Amino acid sequence: MTDVHSEGSLEARGLVKDFRLRSGFHVTTLHAVQDVSFTLTPGRTVAVVGESGSGKSTVARMIAKLESPTAGQVLLDGSPSPERGKALTDYRRQVQMVFQDPFASLNPFHTIAHHIERPLRLHNPRMTAEEAHARAVELLDRVRLTPGEKFMMRRPHELSGGQRQRAAIARALAPGARFIVADEPVSMLDVSIRLGVLNLLADLQRQEGIGVLYITHDLATARHFSDEILVMRYGQVVERGPADEVILNPQHEYTKALREAAADPDRLGQLRDEVRHASAQGAQ
Amino acid sequence: MSSDIVLEATDVSITYAVEPPVNAVKNVSLSLRRGEILGLAGESGCGKTTLAYGLNRLLKAPAVMTSGEVVLHDREGGDIDVVSLTGDELRRFRWDKVSMVFQGSMNSLSPVLTVRKQLHDVLTTHRPGMSKGERDQRAAELLTLVGVDPARMASFPHQLSGGMRQRVMIAMALALNPQVMIMDEPTTALDVVVQRGIIREIMRLREELGFAIIFITHDLPLLIEIADRIVVMLEGEIVEEGTAEQIYRNPQSDYTRKLLSSFPSLTGERGGFVRSGNGSSGGES
Repeated sequence: MTDVHSEGSLEARGLVKDFRLRSGFHVTTLHAVQDVSFTLTPGRTVAVVGESGSGKSTVARMIAKLESPTAGQVLLDGSPSPERGKALTDYRRQVQMVFQDPFASLNPFHTIAHHIERPLRLHNPRMTAEEAHARAVELLDRVRLTPGEKFMMRRPHELSGGQRQRAAIARALAPGARFIVADEPVSMLDVSIRLGVLNLLADLQRQEGIGVLYITHDLATARHFSDEILVMRYGQVVERGPADEVILNPQHEYTKALREAAADPDRLGQLRDEVRHASAQGAQ
Repeated sequence: MSSDIVLEATDVSITYAVEPPVNAVKNVSLSLRRGEILGLAGESGCGKTTLAYGLNRLLKAPAVMTSGEVVLHDREGGDIDVVSLTGDELRRFRWDKVSMVFQGSMNSLSPVLTVRKQLHDVLTTHRPGMSKGERDQRAAELLTLVGVDPARMASFPHQLSGGMRQRVMIAMALALNPQVMIMDEPTTALDVVVQRGIIREIMRLREELGFAIIFITHDLPLLIEIADRIVVMLEGEIVEEGTAEQIYRNPQSDYTRKLLSSFPSLTGERGGFVRSGNGSSGGES
């Protein structure tokens, strides 16, 4: 990976996260993330790929400041991310998160308008109600919940999963995010709408220069959607590199195993023949 | 009636009798051949699980099968009219002829009973003649068959990993040597590497024991890889049916094409994916 100018970048440097697990008087330490570094730049997507328990979500949560690292730093434009106060608010304005479960991440009591206007006004105290409303409609149009006006007064239960995830993306854009951390943003959506949501993120990244951290277990979308891929296992990065390189020419055993395990329609009937062959041999 | 067909559903309709009624499955006909893997593909709400429950007589109110016929051509000879089964006959049919593996293994295994007890339950209910020793032996045999160490019999489900729990579920579904196994998203909740191991195991068991499988999933690429034939469902209806090869190489319905393009290929083209490397972002570093 090449070095990037620290200006305009979001950098994870040597992130470590240990969790203390207590059972009775017995305390053990779980090394959830061990020494993970990468740099997000505007208009670029970095994917972190791994299975459950690999530490990929913990990385996302540290970047979004929902979890503080045991060691290591997150640097925005070259300076360490703040821990509290106005500076932290300002960091959060720029780095926003989109969660996996759009059914849990939107408040069922509030309208979509509330979800979008609230971050707008929190981060722009001088904005009037009319301005916030107009901007919220604009944002909904931007994420293709059109016409935006129609979606404003709806509540989350009146939206499909894909629409909810779009609303969550609009909410992340509202305060003026430069970086979006998307933690498995489509894994809970129906397959035929997944690409629509990913394409929206890709558009935002391309057209508005947003830097995206894409956390996923799906190698195929990671490859097509990102520029750089980090493969994580047991808290460590086992392989990293340009997306096509990592997927098409994996070096590490684990990446190869992941690739092997992904369904590939081109191997039509191959598994059946293999298994048939193996049991025929076993029977002899 | 061709003898190589094991389960045949004709014109099945299932309605959820709520207000207004929901027609979840509309006049669906399908036939399952002996020893074949039939893939049932579709997205949430398309009726695939409802149909599977209907085939196994597991529908609960408000779901009602409003029309149709389900016939099992028993390998011991004779046809079983599944829809008209009641009481003890139905009890003997379920699990013995057609078993089922559900999606969430944590929800389908009892958290308060050991694996041994749960495997024994199946056998005591359906094979009352078996002695305790025989049951133990069969249970150990079943676990070995699915690649779980029989020593784990004393474990409770929470002491097993997700993959092992799903293997135990498969062992349980195999217990009575059924002719048909209905698998409803059996690997969706598992990590990909584990998923692959289980799929391989299922294929091997099918090869060795010769049961037929109805494999329900939204993962069309997986079905194309493993199934013999595939049925694609949309809004309660079958929109396309064909061999895995036909569905993959020459899909007829727009919906099948859309589903296929929803999965960008791992190593090949981008499918429905619009992203194109625009100079600054592609290929460098």
